[in-house]
Amino acid sequence: MHVLQNKWIASNTFEMKLTGRFVNSMKQPGQFLHIKVGDGTSHVLRRPLSIANVDHHIVTVIYKIVGKGTKWLSERKIGETVDVIGPRGTGFPIEGVRNEHIVLIGGGVGVPPLYYLGRKLVQQSNTVTSVLGFQGKDGVFYEDAFRELGETLITTDDGSYGYKGRVTDLIGVLNQDVTQYFSCGPKPMLKGVSETFTIPGFISLEERMGCGVGACFACVCETSDPEDSKGYRKICQDGPVFPAGEVVL
Amino acid sequence: MDLRVSLPGLELKNPILPASGCFGFGREFSEFYDLNELGAITIKAATSEGRFGNPTPRVAETSGGMLNAIGLQNPGVKRIMEEELKFLEQYETPILANVAGSTEEEYVEVARELGAHHRVNALELNISCPNVKEGGIQFGTDPSLAASLTRAVKSVSEVPVYVKLSPNTGDIVEMAKAVEGAGADGLSMINTLVGMKLDLGTGRPILANGTGGLSGPSIKPVAIRMVYQVSQAVSIPIIGMGGVTCVEDVLEFLLAGASAVAVGTANFQNPLICPELIEQLPELMDRCGYGSVQACIGRSFKHEETSLSGT
Repeated sequence: MHVLQNKWIASNTFEMKLTGRFVNSMKQPGQFLHIKVGDGTSHVLRRPLSIANVDHHIVTVIYKIVGKGTKWLSERKIGETVDVIGPRGTGFPIEGVRNEHIVLIGGGVGVPPLYYLGRKLVQQSNTVTSVLGFQGKDGVFYEDAFRELGETLITTDDGSYGYKGRVTDLIGVLNQDVTQYFSCGPKPMLKGVSETFTIPGFISLEERMGCGVGACFACVCETSDPEDSKGYRKICQDGPVFPAGEVVL
Repeated sequence: MDLRVSLPGLELKNPILPASGCFGFGREFSEFYDLNELGAITIKAATSEGRFGNPTPRVAETSGGMLNAIGLQNPGVKRIMEEELKFLEQYETPILANVAGSTEEEYVEVARELGAHHRVNALELNISCPNVKEGGIQFGTDPSLAASLTRAVKSVSEVPVYVKLSPNTGDIVEMAKAVEGAGADGLSMINTLVGMKLDLGTGRPILANGTGGLSGPSIKPVAIRMVYQVSQAVSIPIIGMGGVTCVEDVLEFLLAGASAVAVGTANFQNPLICPELIEQLPELMDRCGYGSVQACIGRSFKHEETSLSGT
């Protein structure tokens, strides 16, 4: 795919816009692109990056520089091509979700897929409230974009912006008419979120992946139901989105 | 260009096959290409009962390679036969089925069942998995244990048996000779090298299992050296593997003495790698002056004899 834009939007966080022939297949929010990083065989594993937005023929991913692979990605210039497999995985099941009040809860690099999800939900006549958590003020991104979708609350771990604390601290103050939640972020956050809510919800997991297509069994998680016929789910294929409570966090 | 290779139980139309564990049971890659293009299909290790494997993280990238500690996760031999081999029935490509276990009895039981399945053409005895506490590598580091296991599996298997050797051993030639003496029909080598990567933040290993198996281009020179040594010491064929990422690597393994070449980690970076290598191989062989795969095999050490004989 061709790079249309690759810019710094927050602390070590980049927004990359890409275009290519299979953008029109990226219809379900919560899926990811599996992106080759590095030259030649220096990096043997692709990086799974969740789709943050799809607008006509342009797909957006947001990533944080955490090592050499993502550093390489941040150095790609406009017009260069990146090798992408996607969209992969099973995203948020929102077909038929209408006229509901949905809360989106994201933490750090778990925030991006919620934006595309929120846009779709608003298009389907839902009311959306977003609760987004970041480490500190300089890590905050997409606040205005989320505000355009609906009420948006920001938390930071260090209190340098918005509410001081964690996203789960705000669940109690949410409007009682909320019908469903969708959440993406680190496992401890998802655990907190799914244990605090009593309404139904869906969570999206992060994990180190191997093949990203379901063949290598690197990114599996256990099912909560010990009687489940398989006992596990593949995050790259069955997920990354699961109904809350389906897998062990 | 003649790409065919005839191995015990496996009539390959080309020398390229995926390596066990990197290809699942083929299903996922069948989305990307027709599995009939492959020389053979190697399926993921089977144990007698289903196994969940190790906690995550199970993979970590390293410079020019990766570590994995999956832990032989599989649904158990019965479900593999009922679900996965059934799926593969639509293809004609020969199947090499990987057999694992914790005890000799388990290996024998799995080998008996898989070897009797009409879709399985040969077994690959996994005595080299570094990521499970019991079985696996303990058989792969002791030549007498490896020989006794090979003998036991050979006595029940209806199809030829390839033994997959571990590089984590003092003398791989001795291991190879031991399993050849016990009746192995072929060898596949090498499995991964035991490694570790630390998280600088926590100071702990990244893999939940602590150690994992190193694969990818960084291990290729070790694999080439071992295939070169072993192929001159045994008379059974070798399926060579370890860090293959391009067609030049395929030729190098053939020259080192492998009769076929398996592709592992590279499937993750490029799901189309196997058909691409098959397509590119004839041109490279032609450029290097080889008229068939047979002519390449073991060329590295046969060079002297052929030049002496004037051919």
